This record gives sequence, structure tokens and C-alpha cells, in this order.
Amino acid sequence: MANTTVDPLLEEIIGPTPGQLLRKRVFGHQGLMIGAVVLVLITLVALFAPQLAPHDPYAQSLVARMKPPVFLGGTWEHPLGTDHLGRDYLSRLIYGARVSLMIGAIAAAISGVIGTAMGVAAGYFGGRVDAVVTFLINVRLAMPVVLVALAVVAILGGSLTVVIMVLGFLLWDRFAVVMRASTRQVREREYVAAARAIGASTPRLLLTEIMPNILNNLIVVVTLEMAHAILLEAALSFLGLGVQPPTPSWGLMVSEGKNMMLFEPWLVLIPGAVLFVMVLAINLMGDGLRDVTAPENRN
Amino acid sequence: MLDAAKTPPALELRNITKTYTVKQGLIGKRRPLTAVRDVSLKLEKGEVLGLVGESGCGKSTLAKILLGLEPPTSGEVLVDGQALGVQDRLALARRIQPIFQDPYSSLNPRKSIADIVSLPLRIHGIGDAASQQKAVRDMLDVVGLPPRVMNTFPSQMSGGQRQRVAIARALIMKPEIVICDEPTSALDVSVQSQILNLLGDLRAEFGLTYLFISHNLAVVEHLATRVAVMYLGRIVEDVSSDDLFDASAHPYTQALLQSVLTPEPGLGVPDTQLGMAYPNPIDPPSGCGFHPRCRHATNLCSAQAPRPVPHRDGHVECHLHDPETAMFGTD
Repeated sequence: MANTTVDPLLEEIIGPTPGQLLRKRVFGHQGLMIGAVVLVLITLVALFAPQLAPHDPYAQSLVARMKPPVFLGGTWEHPLGTDHLGRDYLSRLIYGARVSLMIGAIAAAISGVIGTAMGVAAGYFGGRVDAVVTFLINVRLAMPVVLVALAVVAILGGSLTVVIMVLGFLLWDRFAVVMRASTRQVREREYVAAARAIGASTPRLLLTEIMPNILNNLIVVVTLEMAHAILLEAALSFLGLGVQPPTPSWGLMVSEGKNMMLFEPWLVLIPGAVLFVMVLAINLMGDGLRDVTAPENRN
Repeated sequence: MLDAAKTPPALELRNITKTYTVKQGLIGKRRPLTAVRDVSLKLEKGEVLGLVGESGCGKSTLAKILLGLEPPTSGEVLVDGQALGVQDRLALARRIQPIFQDPYSSLNPRKSIADIVSLPLRIHGIGDAASQQKAVRDMLDVVGLPPRVMNTFPSQMSGGQRQRVAIARALIMKPEIVICDEPTSALDVSVQSQILNLLGDLRAEFGLTYLFISHNLAVVEHLATRVAVMYLGRIVEDVSSDDLFDASAHPYTQALLQSVLTPEPGLGVPDTQLGMAYPNPIDPPSGCGFHPRCRHATNLCSAQAPRPVPHRDGHVECHLHDPETAMFGTD
């Protein structure tokens, strides 16, 4: 009865398991691997920021203001130089990764849950539910994100929590639109009818028949919205509406460096380049995940 | 009186009507579309009933109603003498299982073959993981698939293999009735006969009752013991298979039989004399739905709908065969 060991001969006949095949596809995809490695590195840097940062990101030193980075003739004391208050730029970049990643992940998670629930419900049930959700999507699309964020910050004051919440509750529109369309498409497939004829309940249908088949679209939207949230945070911080100084944030660093941009362009270029690499890595990973999870690419 | 003593038919439809509401355009008004019109049908145990008709005649709607996927607008479905509405959905699922038309759409592309075939067992909570696994392997063997396909995905299989998987999924619960909705029309001709033979073998092995929906008369002839011909939501003729192919009564059935291509190349495409296209179901013709295309049509046909008349061991709906109205019919 309890004999669960698999005969090796039988294993050979059955061939590789789905898990083994998936692993092969994941590690064979270049874009996915590049994006994932970069993103894992950034995450590790953010997690171990206190151990990695050479200096305190808040420590000011007015005698050591705007030291150039090493590659522009600076010293190894400050590898990426210092800003206009003499704070170590590398340390601020390392701590800034925490803010960007946190905003991207939490905002995408909140909006993902809201948007997916609305979109799947609208697509599956149709009728009145669909009419209500479509109306809400249109209302949301008619609101400019930056203006709403501006108003909320004006009332509540700017802070990391406020920025995350504002973005989380504003960026669900694309989730809802994409999930609604995908669900409508998938629910007409005969395997959904077959599962219903077998006796599957509605929650089971949604979770095991519909969700897995719209998951690859969801992954793409998650990565897009994560990148979107990170860029919006940078934009809001640049406008002075997002993360408040002296918290290190990449958008804020660009903003603080813009006055010196003509004389010390690296003040803007370094955080800009890091932002660019992170968004690129997230998008590469999203594309890759869609590729390896699509059923068409199994062979 | 004698009928009551007999075992009830495996499946019985009583006066089933299904009406959809169709909205035409943005400001168009809502109009009813009657896909199935007052259909009564009996399916005895062990029978293979072929349901034939053109696209849009209501065959698939009827299948959906039988599977409990759509409620009928009126009328009732009886399974073993019990009304479908009062039966538990799970209990119903144990008795009636579908095989769908398109095996490329009827298998979840995200699930392995083992997951797909074992889904009914898992939903109904039959056995533990190991015994389910064994049941899947046995069932795959019955439909002629090797155990190594268990870990593959539908995208790695051919159409014929996929349809075998769909058959395995339908039969793993040992249902009494299988509704086959055009199970071979999406397959290559060479594979069609394999699947048909498999269905025939399985019927004998498990004592199944089939409702076999098709627009292909050759396929129906191969498998069916009885044939029901559907036109515009009505069953116009319902006879045993032998009678249908030897002595069909309804002009529409005759036209369908003529439309079957012969293997002889010199004969060309047969002339069915059906002429004009299938009528719009939103705006059906008056009287007998078939009269605009019927070569025997008379004034009576456009004025009054024919009633079902007993014919051989079944029935036919045509004024030509109704003793009360046949005298008006002229060619």
C-alpha cells in the first residue's frame, strides 16, 4: 500500500517530469536569466545595504562636497563621489534600491490583487458585474495619476507609505483590462465546459482552469506595472511629492542633482542609469517568464 | 400501461425549448432566437442515437442542455426517469459525460495528461493519489495511449491522441451516457476512423449509451442504431438507422442523404436541390420551417406547421406523411 518508490525502468519510460522540463526551459532562456540575475543582485544589495554601504547614507560632510567618482578622477574613499551635501553617493544608491524595490513590489502587488479580482470577475460572470467593472475602469482611466497623487500628498503629506498606497490603488487599471479580456477568451474554451460538466465548482474552475491560462498575461502586466510604479515614484520624488529627503531614493537623487547637472552630469546620470538597468531587468524577466510558461513553447 | 413496467429510458427529453435573446447592433431591439423548439426525444440504454443536421440547427445547444451547462427555457430532461433539475450536479456528472468536438480546445493546455484525466476523480474525491494514478494509467491503456504520455502536455500530442485523452477523461468515471459532440470533425480523415472504432469498442466494453452529434451522415451510419434529424430547432425525423438509410421519409433527410459524396469520381458533386441557404433562426419561415427549400412544398406547408406522425418505429414531421393532410400535397 505505502509503496511509493518509482521503478527506475518505469521512470525511464515515463520520461522527464513537468518540473524537469520547466527547469530546462528556464535556464535555457537568455533574457530571463540576465533579467533575473540583475534583479536578484539588486535585491541582495537592497537586503544587505547596511553591510555593503561603505558610509552612512545620511552622514553629511560639507568639506567633501561633490567629490567626483573614481572614473572621473576621484578617490576610492568615495567610489561614486559625493553629492551636494557631501553624502557618499554609492551608499545612497545602495539604500535607494530598497525604496525602489519596495515601492515596485508592494504597489504592483496591491494593484495586481485589486485589478485581477475585478478583471476576472468581470470576464467570467459578464452581465452586470462586467458593466460595473468596465465603468470603474473608465473612471480610473479618466484620472491622471500624477494629479491624484499630488492631491493626496497635499492632504496627507509625502511619505513612503503614502506613495506606495497611492500607486497601489491607482495602477490596477491595466490589470483589470488585461485580465478581463483574457478571462473572456479563456472561459469560452471547451475545457472549461468539460470541467463544469465533470462537476467542478465555480471557485475551482476559476483557480484551476482559468487562472493558470491567464497567468502568463498577468506576469507581463505585473512586471510592466512594477517598472511603471518605480518610474512614477522617481517622477513624484523628482517633483518633490514622493519620498521626502533625506531618505535616499533614486528619483530624489536625480532631482537633487539636477541643479548641478551642467557641471557635474554624473550626479544625474548614475541614478538614472541604475533606474534604467533595473527597469530593463524587470521587463526582461517578465518577457522571459511569459516565454517559458506559454504552453506553445513547451517543445 | 405496459411502458410503465419497462425500465425508463436512459435519457428522455420532454418538450425542451431553448430561447436566447439576441440584440442586434447598438440600438437594435432585443429579439428572441429559438435554438431548440419543443423537442422530445428518448434514448434507450445501450443505444447509439445519431443527431444530425446542418450547422446552426440546435444540435450543440441540445448537448449543452443535456450536460446541465445551460438550463432549458422550458421542458424537462429525465435521466433514468428522474428530472435533471432535481439531481445533484455531481451525481449527474457521474452519469453523463461529454466528448467535445475540438480536442485542441477541450484539454487545458496548462495541465499534464495525468492531471486532465484524473480531474473527475479528484473532483469527486474518489481514491487516493496512488489509486487515481493507477486508474489513469489503466484508462489510458484502454484508449490506446502508452503510460509515458502521462507527464506530457496536450501541445505535445496529435489531434487523434488528444481526442483519446478526452475520451479517457470522459470514461474514467464509468458514466452511463456519453454525449459526443462531433467528436471526429476536427480530425484528419485517417484518424477519424480510428476514433470511431475506439468509440464503438468502448461502447461494447463498458455498455455505454451514446448521443452522437454529427453533421456527417457517413459517420452516423457507421455507429448509430437510431438517427434523429434536426432542422431549425425541430427534430423532423426520428427512425432507426437502417430505416433512415433505406427508406427516409422527410424531404430534408432525403436531401441530406443525397448530399453524401460518392466515391465515384465521374458523378461530380451531387445536386441536393436544397437551393437557397439555411434560414435565419431569428426570423424562421412560417408553417413548416423547411418549406422554402422543399421541392414538395405546397400552400399548406407555408401556412401550417406539420405535426409529428408515427413512421416505421419512430416519427416524422411532414405534411406529406400525415394522413390527414397528405391529400392536399401535390408535387
